[in-house]
Amino acid sequence: MPESFPDLEPVLQRHGRQADGLIEVLNHGQELYGYLGEPLLRHIARELRLPFSRVQGTASFYHLFRFTPPLRHSCLVCTGTACHVKGAGALLAVLAGEPLAERGIELGSVRCVGTCSGAPLVVVDGAVWNLQTSTALLAGLRRLEP
Amino acid sequence: MSLCLRVCTAASCRSRGGEDLRQALAAVAGSSTVVKGVGCLGPCSEGPLLELETASGVGHPERQLFGNLPASDPAALAALARSLRACAENPKAPAPWQPPAGQALDLNHPFFRLQRRLVLKHCGRIDPESITEALAAGIYQQLQRVLEANDPAAVIELVRRSGLRGRGGAGYPTGLKWATVAKMPGHEKVVVCNADEGDPGAFMDRTVLEGDPHTLLEGMAIAAHAVGASRGFIYVRAEYPLAIARLRQAIHQAEQQGWLGTAIAGSRFNFEIALRVGAGAYVCGEETALIQSIEGKRGMPRPRPPYPAEQGVFGLPTLINNVETFANVPALLRLGVEAYGGGTKVFSLTGDVLRTGVIEVPMGTNLRTIVETMGGGAPQGRTIKAVQTGGPSGGCVPAQQLDTPVTYESLQALGTIMGSGGMVVMDDTTNMVDIARFFMAFSREESCGKCVPCRAGTVQLDNLLCRILERRANPADLEQLESLCVMVMDTSLCGLGQSAPKPVLSTLRHFRGDYLAMLSPEATP
Amino acid sequence: MSVCTLRIDERDVAIEAGSTLLQAAREAGIAIPTLCVLEGLSPVAACRLCLVEVSGSEKLLPACITPVQEGMQVHTATPRLQEIRRTVIELLFTEGNHVCAICVANGHCELQDLAVEVGMDHSRLPYRFPDRHVDLSHPLFGLDHNRCVLCTRCVRVCDEVEGAHVWDVGWRGEHCRIIAGLDEPWGAVDACTHCGKCVEVCPTGALFHKGDTSEEKHSDPGRLQALVHARHHRQWTP
Ligand SMILES: Cc1cc2nc3c(=O)[nH]c(=O)nc-3n(C[C@H](O)[C@H](O)[C@H](O)COP(=O)(O)O)c2cc1C
Ligand code: SF4
Ligand code: FES
Ligand code: FES
Repeated sequence: MPESFPDLEPVLQRHGRQADGLIEVLNHGQELYGYLGEPLLRHIARELRLPFSRVQGTASFYHLFRFTPPLRHSCLVCTGTACHVKGAGALLAVLAGEPLAERGIELGSVRCVGTCSGAPLVVVDGAVWNLQTSTALLAGLRRLEP
Repeated sequence: MSLCLRVCTAASCRSRGGEDLRQALAAVAGSSTVVKGVGCLGPCSEGPLLELETASGVGHPERQLFGNLPASDPAALAALARSLRACAENPKAPAPWQPPAGQALDLNHPFFRLQRRLVLKHCGRIDPESITEALAAGIYQQLQRVLEANDPAAVIELVRRSGLRGRGGAGYPTGLKWATVAKMPGHEKVVVCNADEGDPGAFMDRTVLEGDPHTLLEGMAIAAHAVGASRGFIYVRAEYPLAIARLRQAIHQAEQQGWLGTAIAGSRFNFEIALRVGAGAYVCGEETALIQSIEGKRGMPRPRPPYPAEQGVFGLPTLINNVETFANVPALLRLGVEAYGGGTKVFSLTGDVLRTGVIEVPMGTNLRTIVETMGGGAPQGRTIKAVQTGGPSGGCVPAQQLDTPVTYESLQALGTIMGSGGMVVMDDTTNMVDIARFFMAFSREESCGKCVPCRAGTVQLDNLLCRILERRANPADLEQLESLCVMVMDTSLCGLGQSAPKPVLSTLRHFRGDYLAMLSPEATP
Repeated sequence: MSVCTLRIDERDVAIEAGSTLLQAAREAGIAIPTLCVLEGLSPVAACRLCLVEVSGSEKLLPACITPVQEGMQVHTATPRLQEIRRTVIELLFTEGNHVCAICVANGHCELQDLAVEVGMDHSRLPYRFPDRHVDLSHPLFGLDHNRCVLCTRCVRVCDEVEGAHVWDVGWRGEHCRIIAGLDEPWGAVDACTHCGKCVEVCPTGALFHKGDTSEEKHSDPGRLQALVHARHHRQWTP
C-alpha cells in the first residue's frame, strides 16, 4: 500500500470532500488500490474530515470492502436461492477441501448475481461460469494461471 | 429483404456469450441489415438468444426467436453469420430462416403469449445504450406531456386512481406516497430509486436497468415533477456492474439531450440524478437504511415515523420507490387508467422449472399458469413441491395451492408475500427445513446488528434449525423455534428482522411433516 | 404548553405534548425496563426492552421514542410483554460472556438488575460462548467486549457530548463490535480526551476504570444528565 494517493483526488473533488461521499470514495479507493489499507483509510478520513472510527465503522459494515490485499484470482460461489436449490452447497463443500489459497485463488461467496438461469454458478475473476458441476469447476480453476 | 438482428447482451445471455455473438454478427450488418445488442428477451435459460425480424416490404414484419446459439466456437459463429448474410441477400429467402446450430423458439408458446409487457415494453426491442432509439420508441414523451400540462396534482391523482402499488415488496399505494411527499412543506425534496434488488433469486430490476434505463429515468423525472423534487438518487447494488454502466451512460445521455438537468424540455423544471453504488449489504434495501447509505454511513435502519416522506435523505422530504414502480409510470400515463387496468407484475422465474427467465404478466395471473404453463413445470420425472415468493421476507406456496392468483392479498393469505418478484420453484427432492434454514442463515448474515431480537435472535433461530437438520432436536426445540420466531417478528426494529422468521413459519405451516420427520424425541441439546 | 392526557396501566397521566411514553410512564410512577435509552443522548430504540402495547395498534411500540397522544391507552406489563422482555434479556446473556461473580460491575449492573426485574433466573436458550477480547491499552480505562451489550451509549456520549467520536460500531450483525479509531487499541487513539464519559454511561462492566476489581465499578449515568442540562440551560447545581 502506497503512502500517498493522488489518484483518489478526482473522486474526492467530485464529492466536494463531503461526508456523504464516503462510500463512493471507499468504492473508488478499493478499485484503485485493491483494498482499503490503513494508510488509505486515514487519508480518506482526513480528506473528508471524518473521525477514524466513523470511516472504519462504515467500511466494515459492507461486505465488499476488504482490508487485506486480494490474491491473484477470486472465485465467488453464488449462494443465492436459485443456486442453493441447484446445488451451490455441494460446490462449496468440494472447494473447501482444495488448497486454493496456495494456488493464488481466494474463495468467497455472493448472494445472487441476478443471472439465476445459470444456477449453480460461480464468478471467477469477474466472469460468470454457468451451470457448474464440481468436476467442471475444479478443472476450470486448475486452468487458471497460478 | 431487410433484417433486424437483436442479440441479447444483458447479464444472463452475456454470461453465455451473448456479447461474442453480437460481435460475430456485427459482420453481417449492411445497408439493409441492422445488428444490435438489446436487453433481456425473456427465456434466459435458453441463452444466448437472438431475435430476427424480417420485413419483406409487405405486411407485418415477421419475428423469430432463436436460443442456445453458438457463442464461443469461432467456426460455428462464422457459419451462423454466413447463413444470416445469405438470408439477408436473398430477396425471397425461404422463410422461416433456420440457424445452422441452436434452435428456434416458438413465439406462440404461452411463455410469450400470456405476457403483457408494459414495464418491459421496450426491453429487448431497443438498444439500451442509445438514447436515439429510446426517443424513437417514444420514451420521454410522457415526461414532455407532463411538463407541458404542468399539473402535478393531476398526475398524482392519476397514479392514485390507477391503484398502482409499490413493487419493491411492501405494496404501499404509490399515489398516496406521492401525495404525502407533495404535501410536505419546503422547496427542496428528493426522489430516490431503490435499485438495491437484494432478494436472492430476483432480477426483475436488473432487467429494467440493463434493458431500458431511459424508461426508469423518465418515470423518476415524472415523479419528481409531481412531488416537487429537484434532486434524485438511484441506489444500485454493486453486484450489477452492467446495470451500473448502462445507468451511468443513460444519465449522461439524458443530460446531454436536455431530459435531465436544468430547464428540462424547455420548461422550468430542473431535475438531476446522481448514482450511488452500494457495497454489499442487503439491509440497505430497507428505506431508512438506504437513506443512511446514500448519506455515506453504515446502513442501519431507524424507527419510523418519521417516514422518509417527512424526513429522508439529508433530512429532506423524500420519495422512495422501487425501479419497477417508477418504470410503470410512463406506461400508465400513456395508456390512461382504464386501459392500464390492473397493471402487471414482472417476475423472475428460477429454480426447478424447465424454462427460467423474466416474464411480465397481468396482475392476478395464476401461479400455476406462470410456473407450469409458462415455465413448463418441474424437470422430467419430478413434480413441483412449492414455489417460493418474496425472498427472505416471504414464504412458500405449496403445490396444492398453485391455483392462487398472484395478488398482494391472496399471497398474504397464504402466509407469504408478493415481494419484489423473485419466484423460485422447488421440486419434490427439496427439504423444506433446509430452505427455511437457508433463508435464516441469510437473514443472520445480513442483520445490521442494531436491535437485539434480530441480531441475536436470528443466530439462535439459525442454530435451532441446524440442530433440526442434523437430527439433534426434540419436540421441545420445535416449540422454542416457533415461539422465538414470533418474538423476533413482533419486536425487531425494521422489516428485515420483522420478516426474517416468515420463511420458517410458512414452511412450518405448509410442510410441518418435513420438520417432524427430522426430530428425534430423545435428543437432548 | 399543551398537555396530553392518556391512560397507562389503568392510571391517568397528564403530560406535556411531545413527551415520550417512557417519560409519561415515569411521571405516573410506572417502571418500564430500558437499556439503550439514556436521557441526554439521542434515542436509538435498539434494545426493544421498552416495547409496550397501545390499544388500536397491532404493533408493539418502543416507549422510549413514541410520542404521547391524547387519549392513548397504554399497557406496559402484559404477560406477552413480560415474556418478550425475558427473551430479550436471555438473548443478551447468551450472546456475550456475562460472568457476574467476577465482574467489576457486580451489584451495580443494569443488565443484572434487568435480569432480576424480568425474572430471568436461567436462560432457556443455549449460551453461545463467543470468543471476545479485552482491551487494556488505555492508561486509565479498560474495555471488556465479553460484557458489551451494544447499547451504543458510549458511542453516542463520545460523539454527542464530548465531541471526540473515538468510538463507533464496527462490522455488522452478530459480528458487531464497539471500535476505537481504525479498530485500534483504545490507548493508541489520539482523539480520546480521557474524559471517562463512556465509562460513566456504560450499563455493564464492559467499560471500567482500570483499578476497579470485582464489584467496585459504580457507574453514574445521572452525572451525564446534569452535564447536558447545565450546558443546555446554562444552569449549574454545584
Ligand atoms: C430488509 C429489506 C430489504 C428491502 N430491499 C428492497 C430492495 O432491494 N428493493 C426495493 O425496491 N425495496 C426493498 N425493500 C422495500 C423498501 O424498504 C421500500 O419499501 C421500497 O423501496 C418502497 O418502494 P415501493 O413503494 O415502490 O415498493 C426492502 C425492505 C426491507 C425491510
Ligand atoms: S431488525 Fe435487524 S436489520 Fe433491522 S434494525 Fe434490527 S438488527 Fe438491524
Ligand atoms: S441465485 Fe445464484 S445468480 Fe441468483
Ligand atoms: S430503551 Fe427503548 S428500545 Fe431500548
